[in-house]
Amino acid sequence: MDYMLFICTDPTAPEYVPAEDNIEEWAAEIEARGIARHGDRLRPVEDATTVTVRGGEVIVADGPFAETKEWVAGYDIIACTDLDEAIEVASKHPMAKFGKIEIRPVWPFGS
Amino acid sequence: MAAELTVRTAIESASAAETARIIATLIRVTGDWSLAEDCVQDAFARALVDWPERGIPANTGAWLTTVAKNRAIDRMRSAASEKRAVRELTILAELEELADEPPGDPAADPAGDDDRLRLIYTCCHPALPLEARVALTLRTVAGLTTGEIARAFLVPEATMSKRLVRARGKIRDAGIPYRVPPPELISERTAGILSVLYLMFNEGYAATGGTTLIREPLVREAIRLNRLLIRLLNGSPQEPEALGLLALMLFQHGRRKTRTDAAGDLVTLEDQDRERWDRAATAEAVALLAAADRLGASRGSRPGSYRIQAAIAACHMTAPDFGSTDFARVALLYDRLAQLAPSPVVELNRAVAVAMSQGPEAGLALMEQLDRTRSLERYYLLPAAKADLLRRLGRMHEAGRDYLRARALAPSEVERRYLSKRLAETGAEGTGVL
Repeated sequence: MDYMLFICTDPTAPEYVPAEDNIEEWAAEIEARGIARHGDRLRPVEDATTVTVRGGEVIVADGPFAETKEWVAGYDIIACTDLDEAIEVASKHPMAKFGKIEIRPVWPFGS
Repeated sequence: MAAELTVRTAIESASAAETARIIATLIRVTGDWSLAEDCVQDAFARALVDWPERGIPANTGAWLTTVAKNRAIDRMRSAASEKRAVRELTILAELEELADEPPGDPAADPAGDDDRLRLIYTCCHPALPLEARVALTLRTVAGLTTGEIARAFLVPEATMSKRLVRARGKIRDAGIPYRVPPPELISERTAGILSVLYLMFNEGYAATGGTTLIREPLVREAIRLNRLLIRLLNGSPQEPEALGLLALMLFQHGRRKTRTDAAGDLVTLEDQDRERWDRAATAEAVALLAAADRLGASRGSRPGSYRIQAAIAACHMTAPDFGSTDFARVALLYDRLAQLAPSPVVELNRAVAVAMSQGPEAGLALMEQLDRTRSLERYYLLPAAKADLLRRLGRMHEAGRDYLRARALAPSEVERRYLSKRLAETGAEGTGVL
């Protein structure tokens, strides 16, 4: 089963400590376990663009669709046996400590 | 009439004893929670019609299992023919393989035990909202109907039904595993089950006045499920805490009759009629706590919060009267509890015990300290406890002020009535100074 991890910032989380950021180690582990599908960082919300079509007209706006204190800073798609494995993998991600991670099961079309 | 009663009793005891096992087995084979629950419900509905006519079967569990299993086979067959799906056919084959006769003695049914444990751990998975964990456990493991659970939680049946549907949906769609967790998770997940059971118990226990009867099933099921869990945990490192929790529940349950008076008013521990405490429940709780301590000691595991709370309850429940309670020990136990799970409520309880063992001034000093932290600003028991000590010290004016504060924060009419009575005793109300 595929899960998407939304790597989010959290203003209430402990301050970021670069020395404790072991993201390479984490990435290497999911690679070695064969569960990594795809993942990356995302540029900050300042670089976001929102598109809507209303009455046939394309409306382009600067910024994210919702102003929140928390924003998605990255994502990973992982293939896990079950939610417990996804939780275990997410809990090892450095941003679980310095931010928060939302786990969402992927819902494939046709299922 | 008599026959009807016997059938009803037989169905009720079969429901308590068999539901979880049959549902658990069907879920394991089909992976479909709603189907499993529906089929078991159908089996009980059939029993209601069949047993009065043809008599109660010798082995009710086997009868129900067969009916539920056949029902599941029917449903799977029609699903398989509709979809021509391989998955349904595999499940069908497995269903047909299921043993028809469960062993007569549930204690000697290791496969059934595994199924039930799996079911409890899944219902109490931390990814489900807490209220859904409680509801799902009551529905699936305890076999209560959705209507019964809704009434116990004082919500409309449709609300409860939606909550259960959503929980089952998440188990399926988010891939919550149907299993006993692996060793690295078992301790935290078992603690999760215990907190679900304690919440269930407290929901029922907090009931006052007219709602007591409706919520009684929560207390009964929490105790019954805790017993089941202890049997299933046999030999695991989590067993002492589960024993501690059962002891705690039985201690509290043992004085249920004395918590309110005939008018439904609150009676404090000090004024409760100890003659009416349930001696059998207390004796069992004392024995359970001793067993928990023995087990814990032999495994070198330190008492967790349930064992400590049970030990505190034991101090109260085994004292012949309020005055002879070992409050020094109570204070010490609260101290330990505070170290394990720091909370202002625990601090408040410790302050009360200190007041009782070292005198009201010592307790009052701790409570004033707590008051200054403002961590219990909205909690009526802090001003209520302070007022009580001030009253004992003869500082009636200050006592009156705190009783008023407490009354304004009290959560229910029963508490407000109690506080009004105490307030009147201080003679402070209506004097214009407040």
